[in-house]
Amino acid sequence: MAKQLRIIPEKCTGCIQCELACSFVQTGRFQPARALIRVHLFDDQASYAPYTCFQCDEAWCMTACPVNAITISAVTAKVVVEALCVGCGLCTIACPYGTVWHNPDSEKAVKCDLCGGDPACVRACPTAAITYLETAAADWLGPWADDLNRSLREMQAGGGQ
Amino acid sequence: MIGGWTGRILRVNLTRGTIKKEALREDWARDYVGGRGLGARYLWEEGDPTVDPFSPKNKLLFVTGPLTGTNASCGARYMVVTKGALTGAITTSNSGGHWGPELKFAGYDMVIVEGRAPRPVYLWIHNDEVELRPAEHLWGKGVWDTEEIIRKESGVPDTIVASIGPAGENLVRFAAILNDLHRAAGRSGVGAVMGSKLLKAIAVRGTGGVRLADARGFMAASWAMKAKLKASAVTAEGLPIYGTEVLVNVINEHGALPTRNHQQTVFEDAEGMSGETLTETRLVANKACFACTIACGRVTKLPGEAAGKFLVNTHPRNWQIAGEGPEYENAWAMGADCGIGDLDALIKANWLCNDLGMDPISFGATLAAAMELYEKEVITNSLTGRPLRFGSGEALVAMAEQTAYRQGFGDLLAEGSKRLTARFGHPEFFMGVRGQEFPAYDSRAIQGMGLGYATSNRGACHLKSYTVSPEILGIPKKMDPHSTEGKAEITKIFQDITSAVDSTGLCVFLTFGVGLEDMLPQLVAATGVPYSLASLTQAGERIWNLERLWNERAGLGQGHDQLPKRITEEPIPSGPAKGLVNKLGEMLPEYYRLRGWTETGEVTLQKRKDLGLA
Ligand code: SF4
Ligand code: SF4
Repeated sequence: MAKQLRIIPEKCTGCIQCELACSFVQTGRFQPARALIRVHLFDDQASYAPYTCFQCDEAWCMTACPVNAITISAVTAKVVVEALCVGCGLCTIACPYGTVWHNPDSEKAVKCDLCGGDPACVRACPTAAITYLETAAADWLGPWADDLNRSLREMQAGGGQ
Repeated sequence: MIGGWTGRILRVNLTRGTIKKEALREDWARDYVGGRGLGARYLWEEGDPTVDPFSPKNKLLFVTGPLTGTNASCGARYMVVTKGALTGAITTSNSGGHWGPELKFAGYDMVIVEGRAPRPVYLWIHNDEVELRPAEHLWGKGVWDTEEIIRKESGVPDTIVASIGPAGENLVRFAAILNDLHRAAGRSGVGAVMGSKLLKAIAVRGTGGVRLADARGFMAASWAMKAKLKASAVTAEGLPIYGTEVLVNVINEHGALPTRNHQQTVFEDAEGMSGETLTETRLVANKACFACTIACGRVTKLPGEAAGKFLVNTHPRNWQIAGEGPEYENAWAMGADCGIGDLDALIKANWLCNDLGMDPISFGATLAAAMELYEKEVITNSLTGRPLRFGSGEALVAMAEQTAYRQGFGDLLAEGSKRLTARFGHPEFFMGVRGQEFPAYDSRAIQGMGLGYATSNRGACHLKSYTVSPEILGIPKKMDPHSTEGKAEITKIFQDITSAVDSTGLCVFLTFGVGLEDMLPQLVAATGVPYSLASLTQAGERIWNLERLWNERAGLGQGHDQLPKRITEEPIPSGPAKGLVNKLGEMLPEYYRLRGWTETGEVTLQKRKDLGLA
């Protein structure tokens, strides 16, 4: 087990302090468009939902990368090694949550690296909607993928109508 | 360039259809800090105080501050500066949400709108791409639909829209400009000025960032600010838990909640419309503006029966889950001032005001004046089309809609209460200053507020000199609300300091928890300008005097520092403040003296020289 981000949308007020803190770490400026955590403001639903990389066990981004530019860091974050990344964008497509981004300045992939173990968003959040705690990495998609594979196999066995 | 600024402004001439990118006047940014001050400086230079507010010659400025778009707590604000449609005075209406920061991210500090478009248009800003687009298909639409349609047709889902609703289009004198569905540059009719220019909206998407002079120093300063805000009872508990509506019971208990067009100052149904009741029965979530760590915004819902009860004809859609508000001022104006304690009616009317784009304070207060006219049988059903009795939630919701569309009697309400009461021969029922209706504090029970209202450059207003803080809440120190002693001095200090705070891009609610000295380190680190407490306060004084001079040229100077007779001559009939009137006459001479103006309240040449305004 390692420390991961835990996000509780019900506590979020939509202030985007987390985006600002993240973009500051990334760019030295306040630039939400470069943040690696994003907050969706579903005003119609009165719901404000921060989202970022789940550091999932399957790490689809990592599996998809053709040049092995995504590795696992000391704090078990999946990180893009910028020197290796060729900017093909496959990881951005592979991530089921859309939390790998393309940085138009560097032309490379960027994603949350848990700030090396001291996430800025956690510190910035005034409502503790984001915490950093000991927990297993998400593998929510595992059972779903298994199901999918099973039904595919069944279809094939059944003659593929 | 000074830190915090992008250094570029947009000048849009709607008559000619031209858009220019210009350099920001750095010297002005320094001397006037930003936002309100910088806007006033530009309007002073370029605007004509004598023109009609609806003339194409009136300019409409959207101005950010150096801290807008940073993570400084509450760094969300932009100011709309123009000649107000309601008042004819210089007005500075500000709004939070995400629009101001987004303009910075797009690379602009300010937008100056000139002229009048031949046909409805909206301004589209996407980083360097800026253009005027047709808005005929948006004309007549509410704010909520407008935002959605622009976002869809632009194909840029993160677009932030500031727009007017039907009220602005129909030149309702107190029409507002709204952004992020519920955030408003509310007062003095800035939305009507926008409507007169046939400008439906300014839609912005920016992907750039805000660069600061000393980013590390700034981060340290902003952490210190956040810690302070967490330690103050008002900003850490009162506002987050109950919202601004926390004030209803407090002010009512002081006998200072104006009721039934200021005929009383205690409202028997206050509890029912209070922040406590709202929180317990109607609150869905807290909502923050950009970068705000307080989150006073209230997302509320109507219970099923109530949602059906207040259906109105043209309201385009019922908010699926919930909408925002009401805030304290809105709840008061449409509530206590109209004798209405029905929270559901207030919530509904508040949503309507947001979607239709009008200021709920002036609307509510104007309806209150109309209700007094009705109850005293000056006007009757044949004119109003329905009973306008104090306490009628149905009348409130129906008139909100009619006013925005200028239908029936709504056409007269749309002119504001000064024009309305004058028309029916009872100007003494107008409760306001410089043509603008009072906000939610009766200045007979809170003396300092009376002086603040009377001298407020943009007409009666709570946001430019909130002496309720010391007089009622005891922040930073307690003063006796019934005494005039020291009120001239505190009013001047509050006016100057607030002018400075308003210009930074921060929200004035911060001042419940922190002082100007707490904000200073952030501003210095962000801009790199060595502001001191003294120089910043002086900048505030400069801004105040400049606004005053502008009003003098517009013919709204010293002779207009007055309160209605009801406030200065009719004692409060009952409650804790029974028997009091406002003693403006005792405070004004001292105030003029402290300001360094003439005995009759004119800005002297010497004062102008001292402030660099000569
Ligand atoms: S970026 Fe997406 S795929 Fe990669 S680890 Fe995070 S959530 Fe999984
Ligand atoms: S900082 Fe916290 S409250 Fe603010 S938007 Fe991010 S998660 Fe939500």
